[in-house]
Amino acid sequence: MSSQKITVENLSIGYEDYAVMNNLNFEVENGEIFVVMGASGCGKSTLLRTMIGLQDALSGSISYGGKNFNNAPEDEKSEMLRYFGVLYQGGALWSAMTLEENIALPLRRFTKLSENDIKELVNLKLALVGLRGFGSFYPSEISGGMRKRAGLARAIALDPKILFFDEPSAGLDPVSSRRLDELILQMRDSTGATVVIVTHELASIFTVADRAIYLDNKTRTQTAIGNPKELLKSGNADVRTFLNRGVDPLSTENKL
Amino acid sequence: MENLPANSKENLSTANAQIEIADEVALVRISGDWLVSSKRPDFGAIIGEFPAKTREIKFDCSSLAKFDSSLICFLLKIYDFSIEKKTPLNLASLPESAVSLLNLATAVNLKTNESRNYRNKNIFHEVGTHTISSLQKVKEQLAFLGEFTIAFFNIFRLRSKFMASDLMKAIQRSGPNALLIVSLISFLVGLILAFVGAIQLSKFGSTIYIADLVGLAMVREMGAIMVAIVMAGRTGAAFAAELGSMKVNEEISAYRTFGISPMEFLVLPRMIALVLMFPLLTIFADLMGIIGGFAIAWGMFDINYESYLSHTANFLNLTQCLAGIGKSVVFGVIVAMVGCMKGMTCGDSAEDVGLATTSSVVTSITLIVVADAIFAVLFNIFGI
Ligand SMILES: Nc1ncnc2c1ncn2[C@@H]1O[C@H](COP(=O)(O)OP(=O)(O)O)[C@@H](O)[C@H]1O
Ligand SMILES: [Mg+2]
Repeated sequence: MSSQKITVENLSIGYEDYAVMNNLNFEVENGEIFVVMGASGCGKSTLLRTMIGLQDALSGSISYGGKNFNNAPEDEKSEMLRYFGVLYQGGALWSAMTLEENIALPLRRFTKLSENDIKELVNLKLALVGLRGFGSFYPSEISGGMRKRAGLARAIALDPKILFFDEPSAGLDPVSSRRLDELILQMRDSTGATVVIVTHELASIFTVADRAIYLDNKTRTQTAIGNPKELLKSGNADVRTFLNRGVDPLSTENKL
Repeated sequence: MENLPANSKENLSTANAQIEIADEVALVRISGDWLVSSKRPDFGAIIGEFPAKTREIKFDCSSLAKFDSSLICFLLKIYDFSIEKKTPLNLASLPESAVSLLNLATAVNLKTNESRNYRNKNIFHEVGTHTISSLQKVKEQLAFLGEFTIAFFNIFRLRSKFMASDLMKAIQRSGPNALLIVSLISFLVGLILAFVGAIQLSKFGSTIYIADLVGLAMVREMGAIMVAIVMAGRTGAAFAAELGSMKVNEEISAYRTFGISPMEFLVLPRMIALVLMFPLLTIFADLMGIIGGFAIAWGMFDINYESYLSHTANFLNLTQCLAGIGKSVVFGVIVAMVGCMKGMTCGDSAEDVGLATTSSVVTSITLIVVADAIFAVLFNIFGI
């Protein structure tokens, strides 16, 4: 993949019998941090799963670096998957393996590095997320926040060009959540990766997002896109209300 | 530097680092492509070159071309050395992004011994509470069969990539570890058969035929059936629960997004192990059942070891033994397939894992009995 720009056109997502979201159109630039926000159950995770090929789009297209992804043949798809790093909500570490083995598995699978080199890379990735020395721990032996970090270490094992996060701060205390946000920012700054984050955590949205898209579950489509601080001032009333914890900052009446 | 080749392009695919010492200041010259995929010098040897008394470590990156994590690994090694020896590290001439990654890697790491004892009790994350309609279930199971078939034929195209260690682990779990329970159950089944038969046979004074009765029943039917039922409850259920909770934890999705087929990686080793172990366990169960029958014959009717054994050996033939063993292979496929399928098509919540496990046991046992009935009819038609 030459560039990691993401283009989504006329995308409909959902399950066999019904569409969760229709008519999604957006672009994510190289190195941008792009947040997908919206109320619980509006289809954020569904969008993310569609973008990483875990489920099929109902219609429309998703392209990475100008190359179509969702209609590409399987082998092209799996080639593109190599440039993705995904952090799942609970970390999704492979529970039968230690953290070290979790990170080493993709390296063993997709590179021809010697065991020694793999070990060094694994230690580096663990160090990058602040878990140096935890390599021999099993996922069940560490806390939820640490699991997310370890999940991030595995996600960056193959030096991905696009990082996807599903609710990175869900279930974390405010301090850990803040640290994870900072980690995401630093990760982007130092690697230049494009980052797509699904979240409804306001603090995170204002900290990390370059731009954000709002998925509205009443109209079942996107109703706003832009920098969150600007969306708060202008744009759609629903979005302002969402971004201001249920109170429209521009309205005089309080409609909580 | 004179020893830099004139055509430095040729040198680009290898990473180089040289240390020059002047006035107790170590200058590390980094050159070439520092990529994970390129050849690179032995870090340990380079670190070893630092003299014991070093005042400062500096870098020269003027002929560094491309770099990635490989360079950061090297820098981290030097960083560790500098901390250990309390030598100041001058990062001034390193590329900015390398310094920023190094800073990230050396920023506050959590203490290792901090939470060794802390165990999170929530193994299963509640992801959702959706009931998947039965039609969708069938569709998913068909998809499983399709994907499994592809993975299975990949074995013969030598493209399958599961790890031998996983296969050995699965074999250990579904063979040797099941031996004790299989022995106990088949011994008791042999005992029961002999006891029930003996009461009838003793009326005719022909108790020696206990040997024929037990031998035939174990070898043709009970050995394979008992192994299948024990394994469905023991190993098949474990497969369903394991794979199901991996599904709930999104571990299966994580394999998929890395482009690793969970069929090849998780299902195939379990499947192969179980199908290999079933015939062996069945032979063992047959033997234990016959011993159980002998226990009754000897204990209650004073039939000695030689006559019991020779009676059994005369009565049984290879066809009957092979019929039982052949059935056990099919039962093995059923148990492994159902267990793995229920696990892989499990829903997204902890409750679904329970349902998948129960359903795997019930479905396997039903299918085993149905298959056995079909075998009975077929064997009858072909006169086996
Ligand atoms: N496996 C599934 N089958 C059918 N519907 C689903 C499934 N998963 C989620 N949904 C539905 O899709 C909608 C969007 O879900 P999701 O993408 O998880 O929301 P979010 O992540 O924004 O909270 C919800 O209404 C949910 O009921
Ligand atoms: Mg979600």
